[in-house]
Amino acid sequence: MFQPLLTKNFHLGRPASLKEYEASGGYAGLRAALKMAPDEVIKAVIDSGLRGRGGAGFPTGKKWSLTDRKSPGPRYFLVNADEMEPGTFKDRFLMVRDPHQVIEGLLISGYATDAGKGYIFIRYEYCEAARALNVAIEEAKGAGFIGKDILGSGFSMEISVHRSAGRYECGEETALMNALEGRRANPRSKPPYPASKGFWMRPTTINNAETVANIPHIIKMGGNTWKSLAAYDGGAGTKLYGISGRVKNPGLFELPTGTPLKEIIETHGGGMQEGYSFKACLPGGASTPLITPNNLDVPMDFDAVSKVGSRMGTGCVTVFDDTCCIVRAMINNLLFFTRESCGWCTPCRDGLPFVHDILRRIEAGVAEMDELSVLEENCETIYPNSFCAFAPGAVDPVRSMLRLFRPEVEEHIKLKRCPINGTPSPPTPSPGGRGGL
Amino acid sequence: MLSDDRIKELREYVSSLEHPEEALVDLMHEAQSAYGYLSDEAAEAVADIAGVPVIKVEELATFYNLIFRRPVGRKVIFVCDSISCWVMGMENMFDYLKKKLGIDIGQTTADGAFTLLPICCLGACHVAPAMMVGEKLYGNLTPERIDEILEKERI
Ligand SMILES: Cc1cc2nc3c(=O)[nH]c(=O)nc-3n(C[C@H](O)[C@H](O)[C@H](O)COP(=O)(O)O)c2cc1C
Ligand code: SF4
Ligand code: FES
Repeated sequence: MFQPLLTKNFHLGRPASLKEYEASGGYAGLRAALKMAPDEVIKAVIDSGLRGRGGAGFPTGKKWSLTDRKSPGPRYFLVNADEMEPGTFKDRFLMVRDPHQVIEGLLISGYATDAGKGYIFIRYEYCEAARALNVAIEEAKGAGFIGKDILGSGFSMEISVHRSAGRYECGEETALMNALEGRRANPRSKPPYPASKGFWMRPTTINNAETVANIPHIIKMGGNTWKSLAAYDGGAGTKLYGISGRVKNPGLFELPTGTPLKEIIETHGGGMQEGYSFKACLPGGASTPLITPNNLDVPMDFDAVSKVGSRMGTGCVTVFDDTCCIVRAMINNLLFFTRESCGWCTPCRDGLPFVHDILRRIEAGVAEMDELSVLEENCETIYPNSFCAFAPGAVDPVRSMLRLFRPEVEEHIKLKRCPINGTPSPPTPSPGGRGGL
Repeated sequence: MLSDDRIKELREYVSSLEHPEEALVDLMHEAQSAYGYLSDEAAEAVADIAGVPVIKVEELATFYNLIFRRPVGRKVIFVCDSISCWVMGMENMFDYLKKKLGIDIGQTTADGAFTLLPICCLGACHVAPAMMVGEKLYGNLTPERIDEILEKERI
């Protein structure tokens, strides 16, 4: 029987207290790690095969081994809890249900990378999560898990929670460092890499909140045992999968990594609601290309999903049913990206509103057929020419729509209206204000 | 308004930091809740406490969508307009709210109770459509539920 790790305290329906967390095996990972050498901790994480849960899937152990631990400190460890990828709700649950797990993960991560200061960077809207984390930090301080000479190990670490003030781009790792330094959250050029010159130009390691929450379990079980929990041979450990849209049982599920997408949707998500059928899905957030019914057998893991032309991203699936117009879905998606563009580079800042406008012309039935090639050309130009991974993520779903739903897109142009929503609606002006007030 | 005592405390806090700039966003949040929005006066107070030029505060304030440089209502209603909420009928909820409050997106009700704004995914997609009123998150929105929520949240 599959034993949940990350979600074992979720049934409480509120943040687990220090007592509850310890009763469920909490802080045993920290105690064990502090008796190991930092290199042994890194080795365990390498053995575990853990890959970053922020979306890109970079091997965590490898990232840690790249951190510059030789040059003088201070060194920093940052937890990315900015979670703003549309369709994604996993990190919020981790923090509002079991905040100590994230804190224990951060402490072990800090020990392994010799970081004396840890920050949890959290979006402002996550008020409840920030409160839960701050309560947990006070509890952990009281128990001697945070502060000077933790449990007599000689290792010291301070932790603080930084509440941000909006903007998706803050989640990009170098933009996040700028944001923490009190600058605008525009990304930095690399090199220098954060591993040697990151936050305040000091050696910095950054991981997603779910990534660090896995660390205590890896230390307690051993990297190889944790790895073997996956659903198939190439995979590693467990993963939080989310599902939303018109399914019977939308929610968050911890499952063996590589559980087939079909099983996530049909077994855990309960399948489609009465009267709706599955049309397509975004497998891991708004920046991941569409997946159609013929590829639903794909194991939900980084490499497997890439092989079918998409990305696992955050692992939180948004399902589109047959009443969703795919053009209109992409208009909604592009609205998010045009609004959230940080404005640093031209292809993204100016290109995305242009792409958004063409999509709206198509939906409104006023576009000509040759605008499709303009749309395509713009996506292909924006993709490789932007400064950070934001803009490629913005146009990737649109590119997948042109690949997978060409007839539906062309039908809009031929009929001069939306074949699904019926009546044409005139295009409205672009969202100039970038969401501010 | 920030009280003189609080300003003194904040100054002490800022001067205890190795990098005072790290406190800027926190200070903006605090000034914003003290003044209702980040007015010129509030921005100047932040700059003064942090020991940075006002233009630096302005640069940040105009970047972050949760820092308001114009007056807002006593509570801001943030309606999620991202993809999973869109699938679940967010557009209808937005229309209902606009009609019910008699305002458009970006506007404040005449009694100053609510400002209506869109927000990106609130991490509540499994209970879409979702919105946040002030600091409170609500999901599974329907017109009836919106009525109840507004009743409860109105101050
Ligand atoms: C535009 C943009 C937004 C991002 N937002 C987040 C985020 O909210 N949370 C997150 O963990 N990673 C986010 N990332 C990925 C981070 O840059 C980084 O890869 C990640 O935090 C590394 O942690 P991991 O190795 O544990 O995945 C974002 C990347 C981009 C390009
Ligand atoms: S692609 Fe360019 S404008 Fe867009 S978020 Fe990245 S740096 Fe900013
Ligand atoms: S899309 Fe609305 S809460 Fe996630």
